[in-house]
Amino acid sequence: MSAAQTSSTVEAGLTHLAVSLRGVTKAYDNGVMALGPLDLAVRKGEFISLLGPSGCGKSTALRLIAELTAPSSGIVRLARHEGPAQPGHGIGFVFQEPTLMPWTSVRDNVRLPLKLGGVPKAEARARADQALASVGLADFADAHPRELSGGMKMRVSLARALVTDPDILLMDEPFAALDEITRFRLNNDLLALWRSLGKTVIFVTHSVFESVYLSQRVVVMTARPGRIQADIRIETVEPRGEEFRTSAAYSDYCRRVSAALAPSYSGQSTL
Amino acid sequence: MSAQAAVTAKPSGAQRAMRFVLPIIVFAAGLLAWELMVRIKDIPPYVLPAPSIIVLTLIRDWAVLSQSLATTLLTTLEGFVAASIGGIALALLFNQSKWVEYSLFPYAIVLQVTPVIAIAPLLLIYLEQQTAVVVCAFIVAFFPVLSNTTLGLNSVDRNLAGLFQLYGASPPQTLRFLKLPAALPYILGGLRIAGGLSLIGAVVAEIAAGTAGAGSGLAYRIAESGYRLNIPRMFAALLLLSLAGIVIYGVLALVSHLVLRRWHESALGKES
Repeated sequence: MSAAQTSSTVEAGLTHLAVSLRGVTKAYDNGVMALGPLDLAVRKGEFISLLGPSGCGKSTALRLIAELTAPSSGIVRLARHEGPAQPGHGIGFVFQEPTLMPWTSVRDNVRLPLKLGGVPKAEARARADQALASVGLADFADAHPRELSGGMKMRVSLARALVTDPDILLMDEPFAALDEITRFRLNNDLLALWRSLGKTVIFVTHSVFESVYLSQRVVVMTARPGRIQADIRIETVEPRGEEFRTSAAYSDYCRRVSAALAPSYSGQSTL
Repeated sequence: MSAQAAVTAKPSGAQRAMRFVLPIIVFAAGLLAWELMVRIKDIPPYVLPAPSIIVLTLIRDWAVLSQSLATTLLTTLEGFVAASIGGIALALLFNQSKWVEYSLFPYAIVLQVTPVIAIAPLLLIYLEQQTAVVVCAFIVAFFPVLSNTTLGLNSVDRNLAGLFQLYGASPPQTLRFLKLPAALPYILGGLRIAGGLSLIGAVVAEIAAGTAGAGSGLAYRIAESGYRLNIPRMFAALLLLSLAGIVIYGVLALVSHLVLRRWHESALGKES
């Protein structure tokens, strides 16, 4: 149903789009198709989740959008800032692991994108501190990553992704390794940041509950090669909070998303 | 038995102290047994000198021995520095270009597996003696630096590399801010091995050169003293060599610890 709907959106309002993928495929070197063909349009300021079984190419899709890898066919288009093109500055990327440099301080980790972009040191330092404050870690700027808990490391990673003030935030199962309470807290903090900063967020997860809680749209993907199985809009009273997590509407959406996801797992063993 | 039981029961302070105290006790007991055996059996010093005689010889011959020590240490240092720079530089080159790596790596291995004691006489024919000795130290010490640095440069976290790519890092930036820091623990591990090996290389070359007769390093003193049956001086020179090796290892281990202590697992205590 919604695949057609999505591609019509692509045709209609290109200027409102942050990201558009058209007929994108990705094959591994050995010829195995990892992804696609995939059509996806993400509006500016939208929070969408890509949900699917492991190995369905969700992460590959993110890497394609970040231009970390090139598509085998199809077009990936991103809305860019006006002005001088600085690679990567339109995009913030949060990996599954915190992916911090262990040899340097939290502040230097957050400052890295600015340092690589040639931002003067004093300004970069100020902006790094500001980004750290926005994730509630202002007091830990001088600590080394190993001195932080898993949740705090993930916050640092988020601060680093935000420090260039990107338009698009790509998140690759960022909270998968965290315990549930920490995960809930980070979910809420992420929503608060999204509301205040107005970024476009593309969030990859394999958790139905997380995707429904966070996103305005849940894009359910099939098993490899990943294609779009369903595109479900989550509508509720904003801002969302803990009461949404316990509401009947929430469980309704979870049921619908789970049902859409079920065929993706049908070919696999129950392990 | 009871001491061991106590150690396993209380693994903290007592055990740590024992790790230093026990080897010292063993050392002292060994020396005492040696001294007593030599005195009781009245063994002449040219067969086996007592530890006290060795220490006396060390003091008496200090002028000669200290000069030899300085010579050997300088050779070791030169070989070590050459091996460090050469090993790291070649590893960086390998990292930049697969073709260079494929072309040259087999020869690095050949250099490593051919015993240096067999190469030394040849080098002494073609090179000036002091140069040949340094080259020997270099040959022995260079491979661990090369292979460890290569390993380190190849162990960069894939996601961090992606991050640098995402933010458009230039190759020099990636090298300086990502690859070298990530490889640092490996490089330091390589240097730690290279320090001891360059001493070995220097000694081997000095021994090989010994018959040519122009050397003045500690190994040359050992060979020379052997010909003169000056066994106490052989032991004294050997003692100095051993101490030099321990100091070199200690200094490099300390440097490694100081550099890595804030972040690398190897430098962090087990308790943290």
